[in-house]
Amino acid sequence: MTPVPLGMPKFAAGAKAALSDTGQRRNLRTATGALRDRSAAAARDAPDWDDLREAGAAIRDQALLNLDGLLEELERAVTEAGGTVHWAVDAAEAGDIVTRLVRETGEGEVVTAGSALTREIGLDEALGAAGATARETEIGELVVRLGPDGASHLTSPAAHRNRAQIRDLFLNGLPGAGPGLSDDPEALAAAARTHLRHRLLTARVAVFGADFAVAETGTLVALETEGGRRMSLALAGTLICVAGIESVVPTWQDLEVLLQLVPRSSAGDPMSPSVSAWTGVTPGDGPHALHLVLLDNGRSAALADEVGRTALRCVRCAACLNVCPVYERAGGGPYGPVLPGPIGAILTPQFRGVEGAYEASLPYASTLCGACADVCPVKIDIPDVLIHLRGKVVESRRRRPVPNPEMLLMRTVAWTMGDRRRYEASLLRSTRWARLLSRGGRIRRLPGLLGKWTDARDLPTPPAQSFRAWWRDRPPRRFR
Amino acid sequence: MSSREEVLGRVRGALGAARGTAAAVPRLYRRRLGAEEAETRADVVALFTERVADLRATVRHVSADELGTTIAAALWGREAKRIVVPADLPYGWLAELEGVRALADSAVTDAATLDAVDGVVTGCAVAIAQTGTIVLDGGRAQGRRALSVVPDHHLCVVHADQIVGTVPEAVARLDPYRPLTWISGPSVTTAVEQARVPGGNGPRSLEVLVVDE
Repeated sequence: MTPVPLGMPKFAAGAKAALSDTGQRRNLRTATGALRDRSAAAARDAPDWDDLREAGAAIRDQALLNLDGLLEELERAVTEAGGTVHWAVDAAEAGDIVTRLVRETGEGEVVTAGSALTREIGLDEALGAAGATARETEIGELVVRLGPDGASHLTSPAAHRNRAQIRDLFLNGLPGAGPGLSDDPEALAAAARTHLRHRLLTARVAVFGADFAVAETGTLVALETEGGRRMSLALAGTLICVAGIESVVPTWQDLEVLLQLVPRSSAGDPMSPSVSAWTGVTPGDGPHALHLVLLDNGRSAALADEVGRTALRCVRCAACLNVCPVYERAGGGPYGPVLPGPIGAILTPQFRGVEGAYEASLPYASTLCGACADVCPVKIDIPDVLIHLRGKVVESRRRRPVPNPEMLLMRTVAWTMGDRRRYEASLLRSTRWARLLSRGGRIRRLPGLLGKWTDARDLPTPPAQSFRAWWRDRPPRRFR
Repeated sequence: MSSREEVLGRVRGALGAARGTAAAVPRLYRRRLGAEEAETRADVVALFTERVADLRATVRHVSADELGTTIAAALWGREAKRIVVPADLPYGWLAELEGVRALADSAVTDAATLDAVDGVVTGCAVAIAQTGTIVLDGGRAQGRRALSVVPDHHLCVVHADQIVGTVPEAVARLDPYRPLTWISGPSVTTAVEQARVPGGNGPRSLEVLVVDE
């Protein structure tokens, strides 16, 4: 399992801190606003957008429903092309495999390129424990590394920072950044490039995630903006790629759909600025040793759930983050280290189970507005999966020997409402209490646990007479 | 049990009766450009030019017999002193080059050498009009990946007959067993407030010469 900090708070608790950071909220609003406008325009530009989405969803379903056979086919193809395939049941095993492979090269430093996967397996920590250093190669990752907090976005890890903050981080942590550094994005990018370029030019080992793995040919694919993976692929002698088992694509032809969907959904580009595809090793071009680590880490558990498995179609484009009103305000942190945003809210609880309080809180991190489902390029019905998972959370709570307060309350309500006399008596009693608590037609605070409900809203005072009482006592009337 | 058997076993167990029941992929999307986008070959080439320019690359049309002089003029314009080229670049491309040293790439050319040159000249395998993309596959006149990613300036020669309309047409033309690099515009980053500025890894300047048929 992905190393999640001990005592990772529930989503609401994490979000509370994030919400009070108005600077971060402003930065995220700017970033997500820009990205969603660009993506929407790019989708409008493609006359066959809906046909592409239909095909994309079907291709991903093909991959998932034939996953065992396709994984074996992929392994064969990669091996035949000169690569080595490794299998990891969980994040810890993937970390161990990568660490062992790095150690075998004898190098103490590896370059990595921004990817949710390297974060998912806790690569930096695993390598650090073995005495090796992972060095990022992309500007957003560099900004995150220099700051105290983690990545906040799937494709744009420093989305929560503005130019002034990035300049300050560079002044404090980037060798060679002098006080003359301006906060102009071009100047900041140039300073970071000089710094990152040096490590890339001397890199001997690279570790990064592959976006897709084609079973038919054994081809691995990386779509990116900054080209950290493109350059690592060109220069490193040993390349270690990590891919989730669900990232398999059946055929080479299928890429013609995904290569149109992902760039448009992710940043509104007709094509990502750089796309690399490599099949095994090519003598004289790129790495002489290629390792592919196939990672399960809870994916097979998600696959077992008929509704939940549609979430594994995900192509990590981040379109759902960019339209989500909850993500826009809370940022990536409260979702935990696996995946942020609506997709994280449905994948993380499936990868890790819903027994823990943090995991169980994620399906509730949504208003169910449905904007994410509208933009998803592979048509994942995120609200539907959220509701399904909320059901699972309730089910898992039901099995506990000691019911939690909410469950207890619900049981009491069920018992009360199961009988007319009990219901009417309790209605009368609670109306009296409620009227005692109200001031000016509103109840501002309910007592005890019920107070959570009035934390964020007022309750109108109930009328002195209930509808039932009125119905019973109304004057008799003749029907004509 | 090995991890391989365990993962595959879990996947099979998870799928159960659903294994292999996926519906066929509906491929109703466009494989070629629609008539409103491009009716003739010339329209396809014009669309490519337009899209490459949108990506902030420089793009110019030349006839085959002007290619040598245009390449030379482009490099003089950038005051390039030393460039690197794939060993199998057609001789005529550099025939007019005076005052610019062209280093032919070989397996022993290291990253530091590539870093020190003023640019690289390559051809391409396929170009895509709809997206303004150039695809290199390590074939003739293209060289290895390192060649086109390290230098800060990339001059790429595209023959009009290499331009296809759409992504599906390009995927059909390409060989997945070759090392593929799809380049859409010069290197950019959007890491600072989503502003699209030169940066990132790869050449920050891209110049495309389209050789007309």
